[in-house]
Amino acid sequence: MSDARGTFRADRPEGGPPGADGAWSGGSVSATTTRPTDTPAPAAPVQVAPPTGGAPEEVAPGLTIARRPDGVAVLRLDVPGEPVNTLKPDFAPAFGQALDRLERDGRVRAVVLASGKPDSFVAGADIDMLAKVTRPEEGADLSRQGQRVMDRIAASPKPFVAAIHGACLGGGLELALACHGRVASDARKTKLGLPEVMLGLLPGAGGTQRLPALVGVQAALDLMLTGRQLDGRRAKKLGLVCEVVPPPIVLEVACARALALADAGRAPGPGPARSLFSREGLTEAALAGNPLGRRVLFQKAREALLAKSQGNYPAPEKILDVVRTGLAQGQRAGLEAEAQAFGALCVSPEARALISIYHATQALKKDNGTGDPSVVARPVTKVGVLGAGLMGSGVAAVTCDGAGLHVRLKDRDPKAVGHGLAKVRGGLDQKVKRRRMTALDRDQVWGRVSGTTTYAGFQGCEVVIEAVFEDLGLKHKMIADVEAACPPTTIFASNTSSIPIGKLAAASKRPAQVIGMHYFSPVEKMPLLEVIVHDRTAPEVTATCVALGKQQGKTVIVVRDGPGFYTTRILAPYMNEAAWLLAEGVAVDALDRALVQFGFPVGPITLMDEVGIDVGEKVGKILLEAFGARFTPPAGIEKLIADGRLGRKNGRGFYRYDPPAAGDGKKKKAQGEGTKPVDESVYALLGVKPTRREPDEAWAWRCTLMLVNEAVRCFEEGILRSARDGDVGAIFGLGFPPFRGGPFRLVDALGAAEVVRRLDALARAHGPRFEPAALLRSMAAAGQSFHGASAVAPRALATPGGPAGA
Amino acid sequence: MAKKANGSGGPRVALVAGCRTPFMRQNGAFRDMTALELGRAVVKELVERSGVRSDAIDQVVYGQVVPSVSAPNIAREVVLGVGLPRDVEAFSVSRACATSYQAAVSVAEAILAGSIECGIAGGADSASIVPVTVSEKLSKTLVRLSKAKSLGEKVGLLTKLAAKDLLPVPPSPKEPSTGLTMGESAEKMAKENGISRADQDALAHRSHQRAAAAWADGRFAEEVIPVYALPKLEPALEDDVVRRDSTLEGYAKLKPAFDRRHGTITAGNSSPLTDGASAMLLMREDKARAEGLEVLATIKSWAFAALDPFEQMLMGPAYAAPRALDRAGCALADMALVDMHEAFAAQVLSNLQAWGSKRFAEEKLGRAAPLGEVDMDRFNVSGGSISIGHPFAATGGRQLVQTARELKRRGGGLGLVAACAAGGLGAAVVLEVQA
Repeated sequence: MSDARGTFRADRPEGGPPGADGAWSGGSVSATTTRPTDTPAPAAPVQVAPPTGGAPEEVAPGLTIARRPDGVAVLRLDVPGEPVNTLKPDFAPAFGQALDRLERDGRVRAVVLASGKPDSFVAGADIDMLAKVTRPEEGADLSRQGQRVMDRIAASPKPFVAAIHGACLGGGLELALACHGRVASDARKTKLGLPEVMLGLLPGAGGTQRLPALVGVQAALDLMLTGRQLDGRRAKKLGLVCEVVPPPIVLEVACARALALADAGRAPGPGPARSLFSREGLTEAALAGNPLGRRVLFQKAREALLAKSQGNYPAPEKILDVVRTGLAQGQRAGLEAEAQAFGALCVSPEARALISIYHATQALKKDNGTGDPSVVARPVTKVGVLGAGLMGSGVAAVTCDGAGLHVRLKDRDPKAVGHGLAKVRGGLDQKVKRRRMTALDRDQVWGRVSGTTTYAGFQGCEVVIEAVFEDLGLKHKMIADVEAACPPTTIFASNTSSIPIGKLAAASKRPAQVIGMHYFSPVEKMPLLEVIVHDRTAPEVTATCVALGKQQGKTVIVVRDGPGFYTTRILAPYMNEAAWLLAEGVAVDALDRALVQFGFPVGPITLMDEVGIDVGEKVGKILLEAFGARFTPPAGIEKLIADGRLGRKNGRGFYRYDPPAAGDGKKKKAQGEGTKPVDESVYALLGVKPTRREPDEAWAWRCTLMLVNEAVRCFEEGILRSARDGDVGAIFGLGFPPFRGGPFRLVDALGAAEVVRRLDALARAHGPRFEPAALLRSMAAAGQSFHGASAVAPRALATPGGPAGA
Repeated sequence: MAKKANGSGGPRVALVAGCRTPFMRQNGAFRDMTALELGRAVVKELVERSGVRSDAIDQVVYGQVVPSVSAPNIAREVVLGVGLPRDVEAFSVSRACATSYQAAVSVAEAILAGSIECGIAGGADSASIVPVTVSEKLSKTLVRLSKAKSLGEKVGLLTKLAAKDLLPVPPSPKEPSTGLTMGESAEKMAKENGISRADQDALAHRSHQRAAAAWADGRFAEEVIPVYALPKLEPALEDDVVRRDSTLEGYAKLKPAFDRRHGTITAGNSSPLTDGASAMLLMREDKARAEGLEVLATIKSWAFAALDPFEQMLMGPAYAAPRALDRAGCALADMALVDMHEAFAAQVLSNLQAWGSKRFAEEKLGRAAPLGEVDMDRFNVSGGSISIGHPFAATGGRQLVQTARELKRRGGGLGLVAACAAGGLGAAVVLEVQA
C-alpha cells in the first residue's frame, strides 16, 4: 500500500493526550446536520453485522465495536433515534471508551470507522449545542475537546481508516481526516466538505490544519472558504480520499486498507502524495511551500475574499488566519489558533444570524405550509406550465430536473415554445459541460419535458403553473382554459408577482384550487418560493404546492394574499427610497456601492435595471393605490419610461449596456469584471446633479429601514405566518444581507425601541413615509422582540387555508 | 403471420391514436437528430396527446432501418428516454420499408394472443445521421490487433493494411443479395412493365398536389406534431419535401438518375431520402373504450408476403394485398381508401397494373381473377412517399394513421394500406373505421 496517503505513525507525538477526556462536544458543524427530533429511538439500533466474526459489542448507545477474525475492528457510529449521525456532547465519553478498548485489545490490529446509518456517514456536529455557548472561551474549549479526540485517533498506534458512504461533512470530515486512510463510495449521496463557513464558523476540530496538510493549501482554502461539497470521485482527484469504490464494498476495501497499513507498520509520512511535477504540485510548491509565496497566496485570497464579503463576514478571514498560523508556526500553534478563532466566531452576531437562518430553513423543510400537520399533500406526477418565457422555462427546468417530474410547457406559438425548451435544454447542457450531470442523466431529464401550443397533454397535470404576461384578463382566460382542459382536481397556480390571488380566483369555478406560486428570477438559481394563499385556498392545495416547491429545491414560505404579497411589498419601499436618494443628488453607482457594502448582493439601481424600470413602476403604482402615500415615488421616474428606458432588457437604463468601444476595453478591465458605466444622461433626465459620489452607510439604512418597517406591517396584518418566514423570505428572495439575519432579526438585534427612534428621526428629516409601524411602537413600549422568549405572537387568522396557526 | 382475420367475434385491435414528425429532407431541419431522438419526440407526444395513462402501456415495439451502433434496441431506448414507466418492455424490429407495419402487427398479435392489452408501435429513421464504418479489412485487423500477443505480430498485422483500407465506408445503398440499388430495381420494373416516363411524372405530380392540398386544408395538422429540433430547439412544423407549386412540366426536365441514357426514374418521381418518425397507440378495443379513449380505427387484417427479389423486387403489395383482403373477407372494391407506399412512381404503377392483371393473378398468385382496378379517386388521396418523404421505418405508421384519419373524416369505411420493402417483401393492412 505504498500509495496510501495516511498519516498513521506507530509512535505517538509528544504531548498527545493519553485518553479522551472531558465531554466531546464536536467543535464543528455542518449545514446539513439535522436537528434532534422527537422521534423515539428504535427498540434496537440497526446493526449490519460484519461478514465474519461475532456479535458487535456495544460500547455506549449508538457506538459499537465489531471484531473481525482478520484483526480489524469496525467501530460503528449509529446515533439512536436520528436519521443521520451528528456529533453530540454525549458522544465523547463513549468514543474515549471505545478507543481505550481498541488500544488495549491485542487482537485488534487496525480499526475501520463506519456509520450504521444507511446513507450517511457523519453529517457534522450538533448545531444546537453551539447555541448554548455564551462566551468565546467556552467555544474555544469545545473546539479543544474536539481536537483532542481527533489527535488521539491520528496518534493511535493502530491505523484507522474511515469507510465513507453518504454525507461526510463538517465534524464528520474532520473525523475522517484524523484517520490514516479514507475510502469513499462512488454513490451520489456521498458528499465530503467543510461547510462551517456558511454558518459563520470554521472547522474547529483540527480541520483547518489537517485539510491543508492532506490536499494542499489552495485546495483546502477553496473547500473551507466556499463550503463546497465534493463527491467521491472529486474527493479522490483532490487526494482527500485514497480510494473510491461502489457502496457495497466500501467497508471491505477499508478493512483491507487498514490491515495493509498495519502490516506496513509505518505508513508514508503526512502530506499530499501529489507529484511536484504536476501543475498543481508546482503552484503549491511555489506559493505555499515558502514564506514569500505564502504571503502572495494569502494576500490574493484575502483580496478576493473582501471583494466578495465586503468585510461583513469574519469567518472566512479567520480561516485564512488560522491556516496561515499553522503553516508558519506549526500544527500545535495552528490548532490553538483554530480553537480561539472558533470560540470567537461562536458568539459572533454573524454566526448567530446565519445559524438562525439555517434553523429557519430546516424548520421550513418540515412545515407543510398550512399550520396543520395532518394536512397531506396530493401526489404530483406532471406539471403544466403556461408561458415559455424566462420564468416559465425556469419553472419547467426546476420541475423536470430538480423535482424529477414530467412537464408540459405551453405557449402560444411554436417559436416561443422552442425558445423556452432551448432554455431548459441549455441549462441541462451547461450542467453536463460542468460535469455536474452526466449526458445520460441529461437525457432522462430531457425525456420528461415536452412543449405544446395546445392544451393536449394537460389532462394529466395535477398542477398547472402560469407564467404568462402580468395581465388580469389574460390570466382569467388561462384559468378558464385550464378548467376546461384539466380534471376538476387540477390546481391552478399563478406566478404573478403583483396581482392579488383573490382577484384571479374570482374568475375560477374552483377558487379553492387557485393559489400563488411566486418564483424569483432566475428560477434555477433563486432559492425562494413564495406561496400565496387567498381566503378560499384549500389547505390540501397549499400543502401540495409547498411540497412541489420543496421538490423543486426551493425554500418555501407561505404568505397570505394581499397587494405585493410579502417580498414584492417590502422590496417596493426599499427601491422607492433608492429613487428618493437619487432625487436628492446621490450618484447611481455610489448608491449601489453603499448597499453592496451594507451586504446586499447587488445595489438597488442595478436591480431596477435588471427587473425592468417599467415593471418597477407598474408594481409601485399598484402598491401606491393599495397602501397610500408612503409608496409615493419622487417626481421624475416616469420621465425615464417616457424616454424609453426599460432597463437591461432593452439595453437602456441607469447604466449603459452598449458594448464598450475598442478603446474602452482596457478601461473596463481596469474597473474590474462586471463593472458597467453609469449612463450619465440619466441625471439630466431626472433633473438632478449627482453631487454625492462617495458611498454613505446612512443611505443603506434609509433603504433598509423602509423595507424592515414594511415587513413589520406585513407581520402585524397577518400577511406573514411568522417572523421566521419574513426573515427567510427577505434573505432568500431579495438578497437581504444574511449576516444581519433578516428584517425581523435586525429589529431584534437593534431593539424595537432603537428602530422606532431611527424611523422617527428619518420621518422628521425626510417625511412621514418613515412613520414606524404601530406594532413597532407597541413592541418598543412592551420590550418585545420577534424571536425568542419575549416574542410577539403573529396575528392568527382563522381562514381554512390561510396562514393561521403558525 | 396471422392465419385468421382479426376480430371475428374475438377481441379486436384498435388503433387509438397516432402521429408523426414532419418528414424533413436529408441534412435538413433534423440534421442533428438521431433516429432515436426523433423516435422519442414522436412517442412522447403520442402519449401526451392520446391521454393514455402511461401505466396502461404494456409494450413498445419500435424499429429503424438504418442500423444504429449506439442504440441497437431503439425500442427500449425510446421507453427509457421519454419517461415512460421503466417496466414497459420493448423490442426492436426491422422489415426494411415495412418496418412500422411489422411493429404494429407485432403489437396487434400480442394483443390478440392475450399477452398484452396495449402497446406503442412505430419507427424512425435518419438519413442525415448514418453509421459510417471502417473497411472490412481494417475492422478485422483491429480485432486481431487486440488479440495479438507480441509487438512483432502487431506490426505484421498493421503492415498488411493499405491506404485504401483506412477510408471510412458509408452505408451501401445496394441490396446485399441482388447487388442492385432500389433505383436500379425500379428502373428494371419500369422497363419490364412498360411504365412510361410521362405516367410516372404524372403520378409524382399528383402526389405533390394531393399532399399540398392536405396541408393547405389542415388535414395533417392533427397528426403531424411539431418537433423542436435539437440542438437549437427550433420548431419544425411541416414536411419540407411537399411542393406547393408542383407543375407537370417541371418533372420532365429532370435527368434519369439510375440509367442516364434509357432510364425513366428521376429524383422527381422517386421518394427522397428523409428524416422522420411515426408512432401509433394500439389497444384491445374493449380496453380502449373502458379507458375512455376514442378509437380511431380497428385493424381488420394484415398480411406479409415475399417474392423472388431477383425478379421484380418492389412488387410486394401485389402479393400482400390479396392476402390481407382475403383475411378481412373483403374485395378491393369494398375499400373506401387505398394507400400504397410510393417508393417510386414506377413501382406504384407496376403494382396497380398487377392488381388489375388477370395474367398476374393466374401466374403469380394462382388466383382465377385479378384483384381489380383501383378507383384513383380513392387512391393515395393525401399524397404519398414521393411528396411527403420516406424515412424508411416511419412510413408505415404514417400511412396507417393518415388513412385511418382520412376514413374518419369521410365518415368511416374500409381502407387498404400497403407497402413494398427491400428484399422482395410486401405488407398490407386492412383498417376499418366506424362511421
